[in-house]
Amino acid sequence: MSGAVAPGAGRDPGLQPERTRLAWRRTTLSGTVVVALALRAASADGMPAAGVVACALCCAWWLGFLWIAHRRIRGLAAVSAPGAPAMPYAVGAVICTVALALCGAVLVGAG
Amino acid sequence: MIDFARNVRLWFAPAEVRQEGTTPDYRFSLANERTFLAWLRTALALIGGGFAVDQFLPDLRWGWRVGLALALLAAGALCALRAVSHWVRCERAMRRGEDLPVSRFPALLSAVVAVVAVAMVVVVLFGWEG
Repeated sequence: MSGAVAPGAGRDPGLQPERTRLAWRRTTLSGTVVVALALRAASADGMPAAGVVACALCCAWWLGFLWIAHRRIRGLAAVSAPGAPAMPYAVGAVICTVALALCGAVLVGAG
Repeated sequence: MIDFARNVRLWFAPAEVRQEGTTPDYRFSLANERTFLAWLRTALALIGGGFAVDQFLPDLRWGWRVGLALALLAAGALCALRAVSHWVRCERAMRRGEDLPVSRFPALLSAVVAVVAVAMVVVVLFGWEG
């Protein structure tokens, strides 16, 4: 556990990358539930065009989220560099989530 | 406030974070990432809750329904932003060998969720005729 060795040298990654990969997968599943609810809202009778557009944007942000998670999962699978910087993925995922919430607010307001 | 602006700048400058201190054991970094993802799932659950309030309580007065839904959506967005902010702070603390940052956010979020839950119970019991 001492931190004096070079990054990644001689450490057993154990199941840490695997657990992190599954955590990303769980998170995409949570996002899928949210988008399913958004689609249900947009398919209600009498939904104005603004609501349908907001729902389409929700789906687009969800696809962006899936793409980011997919790239991060592939990065974790590369055993040589499990410690590669993950911050760009995290920031991208948060941007997608916040945009999803904003589009959701438009959708709820339009309904 | 200045700390927060600096924190936001670091979101887009990962190289700057890596310049500080020493690289921690990547297993700790991965644990930090999983904590971030757990907070992100909490944020997505709040957003989903906002959609659910909007759709599954159709008999509520419009103001209550949309107000509760927007409050939950806003809480979700805030939770997501705070998740990445906390990750950056933890990462920097680990690199510098400092104590991990403490935060009032979990207590605040618990209080908000409790208030929203009680408000929904009250509204569902007494707000139908609206």
